[in-house]
Amino acid sequence: MEIISQYGHILLILACVFGFFMAWGVGANDVANAMGTSVGSRALTIKQAILIAMIFEFAGAYLAGGEVTATIRKGIIDSEIFSDQPELLVYGMLSALLAAGTWLLIASILGWPVSTTHSIVGAIVGFSAVGISVDAVAWGKVGSIVASWVVSPVLAGTISFLLFRSVQRLILNTEDPFTNAKRYIPFYMFAVGWMIAMVTLTKGLKHVFKDANIQLSFIQDAGIAAIAGLLVMALGIMMLKRIKRDPSREKLNRFYSVERVFAILMVFTACAMAFAHGSNDVANAVGPLAAVVNTVQMGTVTAKATMPSWILLLGGAGIVVGLATYGFKVMATIGRKITELTPSRGFAAELGAAATVVLASGTGLPISTTHTLVGAVLGVGLARGIGALNLRMITTIAASWVVTLPAGAGLAILFFFFFKGVFG
Amino acid sequence: MALTNIANLFGRSPIKPIKEHMATAHEASADLVPFFEALIAGDLAQAEKIQQRISSAENRADDIKRDLRLHLPDSLFMPVSRSDLLELLHAQDKVANTAQDIAGLAIGRKMEIPAKLQNLMSTFVESAVATSAQALRAINELDELLESGFAGREMDIAKRMTEELDDQERKSDKFEVEIRAALFEIEQDLPPVNVIFLYRVIELIGELADCAHGVGNRLQLLLAR
Repeated sequence: MEIISQYGHILLILACVFGFFMAWGVGANDVANAMGTSVGSRALTIKQAILIAMIFEFAGAYLAGGEVTATIRKGIIDSEIFSDQPELLVYGMLSALLAAGTWLLIASILGWPVSTTHSIVGAIVGFSAVGISVDAVAWGKVGSIVASWVVSPVLAGTISFLLFRSVQRLILNTEDPFTNAKRYIPFYMFAVGWMIAMVTLTKGLKHVFKDANIQLSFIQDAGIAAIAGLLVMALGIMMLKRIKRDPSREKLNRFYSVERVFAILMVFTACAMAFAHGSNDVANAVGPLAAVVNTVQMGTVTAKATMPSWILLLGGAGIVVGLATYGFKVMATIGRKITELTPSRGFAAELGAAATVVLASGTGLPISTTHTLVGAVLGVGLARGIGALNLRMITTIAASWVVTLPAGAGLAILFFFFFKGVFG
Repeated sequence: MALTNIANLFGRSPIKPIKEHMATAHEASADLVPFFEALIAGDLAQAEKIQQRISSAENRADDIKRDLRLHLPDSLFMPVSRSDLLELLHAQDKVANTAQDIAGLAIGRKMEIPAKLQNLMSTFVESAVATSAQALRAINELDELLESGFAGREMDIAKRMTEELDDQERKSDKFEVEIRAALFEIEQDLPPVNVIFLYRVIELIGELADCAHGVGNRLQLLLAR
């Protein structure tokens, strides 16, 4: 107790700095992966992608990032064990942030595959299992998180596969793909709008509604989300009106004009992707931070503590700064390298991944956005939609599971005993 | 930052190089038309120039072939079977090789086309080259086939193109029979060695049409899966 009242401010500032650093790392690297597909398929310029990412990453983090943050903050560890020694939780979360951040830095210099989500989960499990006791880890929850890492790419792949198959059937393999594209694409736009509105209503604005004493049933939520979807659809139809056929380009490729219609759709799925990414990955940075802030302010470990919204804002800001300072470079590199992905495929991959990630965010499962997107792209590939996919990437993903978890855990244990030595 | 970069997931699509390869192979075979024009006109210098052009196109086709083979590792996941693709590449390569053989043999022998064969020879060469042009058109459909996910209407279009290729090859076969018959009529009056090689060149031109036809067959197999 004394330690916290004595060093409270220092610990708080440290946590903010580490948390911001993590958020910066997410913005600098992960966002580029999430948005790179849009840039690569020439649906968006880098500037547009960054603008969309800034707005929707932030919105996703702020409006739908609460559930995953709660998981990282108090779902992985059993907080009752810490009630006697709240300072241990503070050290632990600080070391988790520092460990994950350091590991990301080392791995990026060495060029090793990592995922921010895996680093932070590994780090939290590491410090609590070794630093406190094996019982301090909520193994059941950890099990379901790890399972979700396998399930999420598969689910995203399945959704993308089905989406692309529907596009083939309704648009690409018809007599007049261009007219059919204009006819059916608004419905995909509706789905994007509905999905985001639904998550925002049921998860993000839950506490706002509670304060205002508004209670909405699931049907009401779905209805309001449908209205939002219709608005998105109307906006999309307006944008589609401006796309005209280009017969001279169609001589070289009959699908040229059709792809331009899909490029408009991809603007919307890029927004969804950024929103989904923000809602899931911001937690990696702000989850531990929230745990520290709560404990320091309350002086005890409480499972029911509320989540100050400034923490989500800090995380969102960190992501945006990371994107603006470094992420745009990565995005440019990725955009240059992905040249085979046309908007009709890119949209299917992005929408499949975004839906999966948003679903995980709603359930409070921290998953890797990049891995989910890889699964989604493979799904489109299975529908014979992409010229060539490098299956070595699957090995890379497996390696990232094997390497990142122990590395994050090991570093967290190291830092935990360091903090304990310094402050305790 | 290397990290788990989504760009690493995307391999280089084989479709573009395979189209380029066919275009280059056809470039070699298409040059046979002016080549035989020069031979018929008795302009050996011009013929030699064109023969070198054919040779260089064949070399470029070889380069594309080698490069594509190197970039098709087992770990690549493609909408078409890897072995079918390599077979297609092989078939395309034969078009370029045969064109080079024809020009090389004719130049090596400083070949003269007997006056009575000249008209027939022109039509025959043009028809063989038309076969390779049709093969190129069919191969160029691969873009649209990929776009449509190798299904539906695009498959029908591609199939129709390979059928047209069949017709074209049959036409070329017919001309081959005609020109051989015409050569048989006059072979008594020509130096025997020249006659042997004239037969040989006719045979090779027929082979060119066969090779182009083979490209269509390979394409059909590739699409059949």
